[in-house]
Amino acid sequence: MQVSMTVNEREVSAHVENRTLLVHFLREELRLTGTHVGCETGYCGACTVHVDGKPVKSCTMFAVQANGADIATIESMASNGDLHPVQEGFWERHGLQCGFCTPGMIMSAASLLEENNNPSEGEIRHAIEGNLCRCTGYHNIVRAVEYAGAKMRGEEPAPPDWEEGS
Amino acid sequence: MVTTTSALGGSVRRREDPALIQGKGTYTDDVTPHGTAYVAFARSPYAHAKINSIDTSAAAAADGVVAVYTNADVAHLGDLLAQVKIVKGRPLLAGGEVNHVGEAVAMVVAENSYKARDAADLIEVDYEPMKAVIDLKEAASDVALVHDELESNVILAWEAGPWGDEEGIAATKQTIADAKDRDDTVSVSVEAVNQRLMPVAIEPRSVVAEWQAGYGRFVIHSSSQVPHALMGAVKTTFGLDATHVQVIAPEVGGGFGVKLNVYADEILVCFAAQQLDRPVKWTETRRESSGSSIHGRGWVGTATITGTRDGEILGYELDAIADMGAYEQNFTVAIPFLGLFVGSGQYNVPTHWKVTCVFTNKMTTDACRGAGRPEAAYYLERAIDAYAREIGVDPIDVRKRAFVEKFDEATVSPIGFAMDTGDYATNLDKLVEVADYEGLKAERDAARAEGRYVGIGVASYCEVCGFAPTALSELGFSWSTYGLPAGFYGTGLVRVNPDTSVTVITGTGPSGQGHQTTWAQLVSDRLGIPVEKIRVIHGDTGEAPMGVGTFGSRSVAVDGSATYDAAERVATKAKDIAAHLLEASADDIELSAEGASVAGSPDSSIEWGEIAAAAYLPHRLGESEIEGGLESHVIFDPPNATWPFGSHLAMVEVDPDTGNVEILRYFTVDDCGIQVNPMIVAGQVQGGVTHGIGQALLEDVVYDEDGNLLTSSLLDYPIPTAEDVPFYEISSTVTPTNINSIGAKGIGEAGTIGAAQTVVNAVVDALEPFGVKHVDMPLRPKRVWAAIQEARG
Repeated sequence: MQVSMTVNEREVSAHVENRTLLVHFLREELRLTGTHVGCETGYCGACTVHVDGKPVKSCTMFAVQANGADIATIESMASNGDLHPVQEGFWERHGLQCGFCTPGMIMSAASLLEENNNPSEGEIRHAIEGNLCRCTGYHNIVRAVEYAGAKMRGEEPAPPDWEEGS
Repeated sequence: MVTTTSALGGSVRRREDPALIQGKGTYTDDVTPHGTAYVAFARSPYAHAKINSIDTSAAAAADGVVAVYTNADVAHLGDLLAQVKIVKGRPLLAGGEVNHVGEAVAMVVAENSYKARDAADLIEVDYEPMKAVIDLKEAASDVALVHDELESNVILAWEAGPWGDEEGIAATKQTIADAKDRDDTVSVSVEAVNQRLMPVAIEPRSVVAEWQAGYGRFVIHSSSQVPHALMGAVKTTFGLDATHVQVIAPEVGGGFGVKLNVYADEILVCFAAQQLDRPVKWTETRRESSGSSIHGRGWVGTATITGTRDGEILGYELDAIADMGAYEQNFTVAIPFLGLFVGSGQYNVPTHWKVTCVFTNKMTTDACRGAGRPEAAYYLERAIDAYAREIGVDPIDVRKRAFVEKFDEATVSPIGFAMDTGDYATNLDKLVEVADYEGLKAERDAARAEGRYVGIGVASYCEVCGFAPTALSELGFSWSTYGLPAGFYGTGLVRVNPDTSVTVITGTGPSGQGHQTTWAQLVSDRLGIPVEKIRVIHGDTGEAPMGVGTFGSRSVAVDGSATYDAAERVATKAKDIAAHLLEASADDIELSAEGASVAGSPDSSIEWGEIAAAAYLPHRLGESEIEGGLESHVIFDPPNATWPFGSHLAMVEVDPDTGNVEILRYFTVDDCGIQVNPMIVAGQVQGGVTHGIGQALLEDVVYDEDGNLLTSSLLDYPIPTAEDVPFYEISSTVTPTNINSIGAKGIGEAGTIGAAQTVVNAVVDALEPFGVKHVDMPLRPKRVWAAIQEARG
């Protein structure tokens, strides 16, 4: 079947099998490999992208269902070399280790902050509850989102909470 | 603004991150050479069955199928190589029988992954089911056999007290028996399950093999913690030499032990690539990962503390059975031995420790973050907590009374191993202080007075890390099966390039631990060149002459130390060159970010560019007898393992109506010696603790009595989400090791080793008003609620 959609502000069109998952279309047809596959069953969230402005797990959607949609992936988050505040927060607050869950985590966090740039700890944890991370224990991910929220509000982020020096 | 500091000990922002936060890192499944074909496996639905026949004709005729292989096609390659194979290794593809659900029976290669999976479903196997061996006590008593050709399911028993000393063991047993006979003593036992876990890296395993037929050479990308072991296994299996097998572990999306194995699928993908003369890729699904990538833990046992009624511990005993699964893979039977190393923990207490390793009709067990040490610490610390509770003495006081005293020279533990350095009381005192233990107890008591079920749990642990001294290879833990040198040394190569950038090549295989940053800090500390100019290459057997990989919290202590020492040698040579060019004494030369200068003579200086240029243009070195080049390669064989330690405290609240456990506070005071990057160290602890909380509260691999795997998705096997855990309160003490030049011990597993028993101790404390003495992990609401109901009668 022929599908057309906008991906990262670019019009794309391709022939796909009906059963092709959106995540496989993005990764294998468009070579946008920043979106990851962690479970293929919608639990881990590594494949989270924005579909028409909402966070969606792209392994739970067929490419044909995205026909006509506006898709944004992790590759679109930085613009002209400037990191998105959430990306900057992840770097500044050590919000990632292996980095595999990170693209999906960033997409979910960016959606949260789009709606509410001053979330509580509980609201942040709830917003990323569908994105599994095995490395960080979420501590620094929550801190990274707090950092990004502060930046988006034009405030100075709280200092990091790791011990300095040894 | 990203701030950096190059000093050792600074929380330098990671060099790895810019690519990863933009979706521009390369993981194995992102590698797709032109013409790649895709693999899917047909897998056993039975735990134990004879294979009467396999019909691959429909699969072979299916659309897009390139090839189908069964055991008959690959049997000539032999079994999968394994490090510590005592009895029974794994066939590459099942032969006459299958021994666990998920065992691979046939391999399909097709034009894309969808077609490969379609065709794998068309493979027809005539199975004849047999009795499955699932229960560990039944396995140990040989009610039925996993492998008919063997006399027993028991592979071996690890026994110590101390290790390797039969007379000593007999004497220890007598000492403990005598203590039990005294009138003023009690013995308190905890019979507990340390359940089977899946490590669960979020990146599934993946391998891509290219066979360069013209050169007779493999190039393999694999999501591996041990690229050199895979290189060795491939070269040995296919009869090649090390220059003809290049294994690259690019970005690896988490390890936790699941990628610390050479797997049959990796060898089979290489085989198919060679046979078909085209690139071949396999990436596991989560369901496949659940049944056919290694599991960990899986012990049942009884831990007993004998001591006086006023809190002096006189003996510790552990008698346990450990589940090895159906076949031995990489380390399998060695994992409980890692627990044995730390069987007596931080305590100067006569210890008799025995763990019997048995086959079962389940997936193989191997390393899961901590690997043997969490199990050992769990039993010991649960038993100490139960003893303290029984005699009514504060568990902190019981521990401190039993600690090995502070030592800064090698000291032999009761279990029989020389530990490097330790200061346990100072560490626990700091925990008491930072957590405000007395204040927390008052809070708990106030909550109880209000009818809330709040509890505090404490646990201490001692680790063994930094594998390893070559002497350990004599125990059988070595890379020699893979045709590589036996010891677990470390390697580091440091090269200042002509343009003053620095290339570092090391033998590790990290999966998120930040080696590019940490190693750059180590080198910068020695050379003065800023971390931004230092590129660290790891996980590539084509670059690193040799390496052992990343596991067992070994990397900084071993390969990091090799790199640190190599950088020191490069610094020495750079000073020699500068001294020659400045006509000064090398002893007076100081290095900095800019270059070299003569101490006390700021005008007499030279830039790095001139030093590097001279190194590569030897005529500038004149008659100095300095050789060209500015690099050093160091192999470091540590004289001992490292022995990190720490203490954790959890405060929890249990909802008596639902059994739900909430973690209110979690404190850690870990001691990993010198910290190269405290930010990364804290991150390792936070992730490790969460892994341990996952075991305590959520995770459990469940096979039913017929050996069907009931937990093959992340819904059935829940790992902690952001809503399951609190912010952590992280502190440390610093007791440097004296076995390497950095003074670093290792931190990757500390959090996991300390956490599970800390949480369970806290929950048991919370349930004290009900008289609950133990609840087996995972402490899911239903199980906790049932324990409350049972205690209430």
